[in-house]
Amino acid sequence: MNPSGVTAVSAETALALYRTMRRIRRVEEAIVERYGEQRMRCPVHLCIGQEAVAAGVCQALEGDDQIVSGHRSHGHYLAKGGDLKAMMAEIYGKASGCSGGKGGSMHLIDRAAGFLGATPIVGGTIAMAVGVALAAKLRGETGIAVAFFGDAAVETGIFHESLNFAATHRLAVLLVCENNLYSVYSPLSVRQPEGRPIVALARGHGITADALDGNDAEAVHVAALDAVESLRAGDGPVFLEFATYRWREHCGPNLDNDIGYRAPEEFEAWLSRCPIATHRARLLNDHRVEEGVLGDLEEDIDKEVRDAFTFAEESAFPPAEEMSTEIYASESR
Amino acid sequence: MSRVITYAEAICEATDQCLAADANVYLMGLGVPDPKGVFGTTLGLKERHGARVMDMPTSENAMTGVAIGAAIVGMRPILTHQRLDFALLSIEQLVNQAAKFHYMFGGEASVPLVVRMVIGRGWGQGPQHSQSLQAWFAHVPGLKVVMPATAYDAKGLLIAAVEDDNPVIYLEHRWLHGTKGEVPEEPYRVPIGEARRLREGEDITLVGISYMTIEAMRAAEVLAGHGISAEVIDLRSLRPFDAETVIASVRRTGRLLVADTGGVTGGFGGEIVSQIVERAFDRLICPPRRIGLPDIPTPTSPALARHYYPRAGDIVTAVMEMLDRGPVAMPPADGPLDVPDPGFTGPF
Ligand SMILES: Cc1ncc(C[n+]2csc(CCOP(=O)(O)OP(=O)(O)O)c2C)c(N)n1
Ligand SMILES: [Mg+2]
Repeated sequence: MNPSGVTAVSAETALALYRTMRRIRRVEEAIVERYGEQRMRCPVHLCIGQEAVAAGVCQALEGDDQIVSGHRSHGHYLAKGGDLKAMMAEIYGKASGCSGGKGGSMHLIDRAAGFLGATPIVGGTIAMAVGVALAAKLRGETGIAVAFFGDAAVETGIFHESLNFAATHRLAVLLVCENNLYSVYSPLSVRQPEGRPIVALARGHGITADALDGNDAEAVHVAALDAVESLRAGDGPVFLEFATYRWREHCGPNLDNDIGYRAPEEFEAWLSRCPIATHRARLLNDHRVEEGVLGDLEEDIDKEVRDAFTFAEESAFPPAEEMSTEIYASESR
Repeated sequence: MSRVITYAEAICEATDQCLAADANVYLMGLGVPDPKGVFGTTLGLKERHGARVMDMPTSENAMTGVAIGAAIVGMRPILTHQRLDFALLSIEQLVNQAAKFHYMFGGEASVPLVVRMVIGRGWGQGPQHSQSLQAWFAHVPGLKVVMPATAYDAKGLLIAAVEDDNPVIYLEHRWLHGTKGEVPEEPYRVPIGEARRLREGEDITLVGISYMTIEAMRAAEVLAGHGISAEVIDLRSLRPFDAETVIASVRRTGRLLVADTGGVTGGFGGEIVSQIVERAFDRLICPPRRIGLPDIPTPTSPALARHYYPRAGDIVTAVMEMLDRGPVAMPPADGPLDVPDPGFTGPF
């Protein structure tokens, strides 16, 4: 780490983090702009405002590391290298989608990129990441497993059972909790005891754990690098809680501050801590990256996103017969 | 003139009246006090009843056990789940514990518990937000299972369920919440275990379960235009199941078609058909038919989901075959097929 504390990572890494976050943001902004056309006919859970966690963690992973996620998974999928066109086509319900149109936004997958799948039953995939880590241990493989989940997932039984098992067997699993203070419209205060931080739950299971700023991409990345190093050394599971904030409504494209479950001041405060704007300023001021470099990168992203939407829109819907394929594995492989 | 309100409002009113009538009633569920109020079914209840209206952690299994615990000492909890799929986490507590408590302790304890679950459909709800697994619950002795299809029954069955001393699974289809009907303002009960004849007919008995009752009524209307008189029975309760009403009807019409929101294989339609075959075989003019979901998880793409869900047209086609009549053209469905009405623009 940089002893001055000004920049924690190299300019190259910082630029990569920016690119990942800006790309996720642009994709989801485009979903916001076009959801009203009613051609993306599935629920979407946007991660606008939370991009730094996905970017910072996935930047610390290698090719044979594999991840799972939940309902709010676009950012994790993209940060891990999931195919953008296939994701957009999936949201549009097209045959060229990453799940052939059978899953939609809540069921993304890209095996080649190490994205093992996202499903929207809260807590459900945490155990699967532990299972991926168990498989790696039994087969003597080096890759680590990562589970991304929200603050509500720690309320499930499967969370505790999974951590207990992972700790018992010292499995190489990284547990990433994005604490955005809400589950749908319910604040933490009606769901979890006051004065007991989420990170304490992991410690209670004997797991190395830390709580950090989830809107600081470099801080996230440095913490993830440390975690990955410890996981590869065989020191058992690591838990990271990241404080962050969802800008848009729980499900869907709109802002929802009008319905009155969160204070406008709270929202404004988090808005002013935009992970992307903060990081961009840091790139210019601390890393001395030229404005023009960022401009070019942003233009490339905008074009890539436009192309992905065009691809999704122009792709064919799956034919009716597709409905009854792939129910059992023997027919599909 | 009676008052007309929505199915969602009827649920809300029934809950409100139960909370007001009995201090032992409490309501708990994810998002119950939030601004959306579980599709409008719990709006305003927190303001009126305070501490007995509660949000909860995402802990479906434990919260079911908590409700059972409160119930065995005399409270009457209502637990809500925004999707049946989420309630699957509580299968252990429901099936092993709640359903058996009265029996396995020789009647020493009872579990007056209502568990509301919403069956999702449309706008890409997909494989994990749309399952219609009523047959699972109906398979378990000790549980009662109701599936109101009208605003009137939504209120009357909910009050009856809350006042029942047994665990009652109360299943509401997402496409029913916005439907309207005449609902008396005062509290009333619809007896659990009684089907209702919604339309009289001579040629065939159509038994509808939950939302499919609406499609059966639409089909009956179309059939009437072709000179076929269909009787429509809204099953309302699956356990106990009112076989007598269905049998009496089939004895007159000689034909039976069951329209279910769930899967056909191992589904509740099979139970209805079995009872008829066992008890009214001599009156059957043709083999009974079941309409329901194919043996396929729910696909998300609207291009696939449109072929997945049966509609009134499928009922009409089946009936024409049963009566040896030629196929009829159904009026084309206007607008997209993955929404209950044009006002529904997702995402949930
Ligand atoms: C087992 C289960 N219960 C309830 C739900 C409904 N649900 C969907 S997302 C969500 C909120 C989850 O909150 P959190 O884990 O904090 O993630 P966030 O949405 O804030 O990213 C809930 C309760 C669900 N999907 N699964
Ligand atoms: Mg959250």
